[in-house]
Amino acid sequence: MRYGLEDALKNEAYRTAVTELLFQLADDDFILAYRGSEWLGLAPHIEEDVAFSSISQDTMGHAAMYYQLLHDLGAGDSDELAHARPAGERKNAILLEKVNGPGTYLTEPHYDWAFAVVRNYFYAQAKKVKIESLKNSSYQPLAEAAVKVNMELYYHLLHWKTWFSQLVSAGGEARTRMEAAIENAYVELGGLFTFGDKGNEFTNHNLIDSEEALRTRWVQMMSPVFASLSLELPEKFGMKSGNGRNGEHTSDLQTALDTLGEVYNFDPAASW
Amino acid sequence: MLRDKIIEALQTVKDPEIDSVSIIELGMLDELEIHPDGVLIKLLPTFMGCPALDIIKNNVVKAVSSIDEVEKVDVKFIFHPPWTSDRVTELGREKLKEFGIAPPPRHIAETGEWQADCPYCGSTYTTMENLFGPTACRSILYCKACKNPFEAMKPVSTLM
Repeated sequence: MRYGLEDALKNEAYRTAVTELLFQLADDDFILAYRGSEWLGLAPHIEEDVAFSSISQDTMGHAAMYYQLLHDLGAGDSDELAHARPAGERKNAILLEKVNGPGTYLTEPHYDWAFAVVRNYFYAQAKKVKIESLKNSSYQPLAEAAVKVNMELYYHLLHWKTWFSQLVSAGGEARTRMEAAIENAYVELGGLFTFGDKGNEFTNHNLIDSEEALRTRWVQMMSPVFASLSLELPEKFGMKSGNGRNGEHTSDLQTALDTLGEVYNFDPAASW
Repeated sequence: MLRDKIIEALQTVKDPEIDSVSIIELGMLDELEIHPDGVLIKLLPTFMGCPALDIIKNNVVKAVSSIDEVEKVDVKFIFHPPWTSDRVTELGREKLKEFGIAPPPRHIAETGEWQADCPYCGSTYTTMENLFGPTACRSILYCKACKNPFEAMKPVSTLM
């Protein structure tokens, strides 16, 4: 059975579950788009600067769309949801909030390109798996949004997969640094696939496939790529710094929110 | 008829970054509802993160409001049905070329590869420089025949 907006508004348990899922989807895209935007002007070459900023813009567009769906469900104003919620209320996976590397955008940005490629590739593939599942979501507006996101995601995944394969197969320092970045990502990768404490409701309401099904599918998609590059996938993925879906986060998120919300918080009522 | 007048007005609203092509030629118009108290125009965004959406919305309101019979104009962006690049009309494809942008390719290989002919000389002897261009919906290519760099509108399809 498919639910529309009106159905969701009438069924409190259902509305709560959709809202929770939408926050996870929105916050994931939002923070990773922000991290991507910090690379502007710093990417390895000008074509990549163009590509990465375009991908980040798309990703921010996806977040905006999810915040709009949340607004429709009565969760609040979408700008406020994006900018004004404190770290403790954010539902993004911790992997996505981690800094790009030492330094800041303006001073000594010693960002790690290997980590950027690994994080974005792993995330794009996880997002792809989720989006495919969401196309069959019981919540009709979300199923429709998934079709739209999927078309743009196609290009993101293609892009990051190309970087990933080329850097790993280049050997030498490139491979060493990529392997280090992959190890780093594994430590928090589990956070991408968990739904948190309230996740059972997602599957009860047929909003999305189970955590287990999504993780299995991700491994299936990654395995041939890893095999072709003689890389190994671990048995288990970690969640070392906690579960972002439950509002647990690192200080990296707070710093990011302070920076990206600075202008908004200066005068939240301003009209731009 | 009012509907024709509105369509005519919408025809004057161009993509802010490709000013030869109207939003109708781009296939962005989904529905036009004429109610006693106003007009509702439903548009399909090309890409979700497109920063031109607000500008387009304001330009639509401005253009349609100038019609005497129209009391109130509402513009809504919806994403169902999703905009796909085959919605660009024949005239739109011609006008894109005039602007130096190759229209979206109609064919994508199973590998995901596609090619676009040079909008200047028509040669198929072109190479992809960057899948991502100055805006989300465009890619950067190079024509080896006439030695011009050019842009192409990305193919976007629900089959991807």
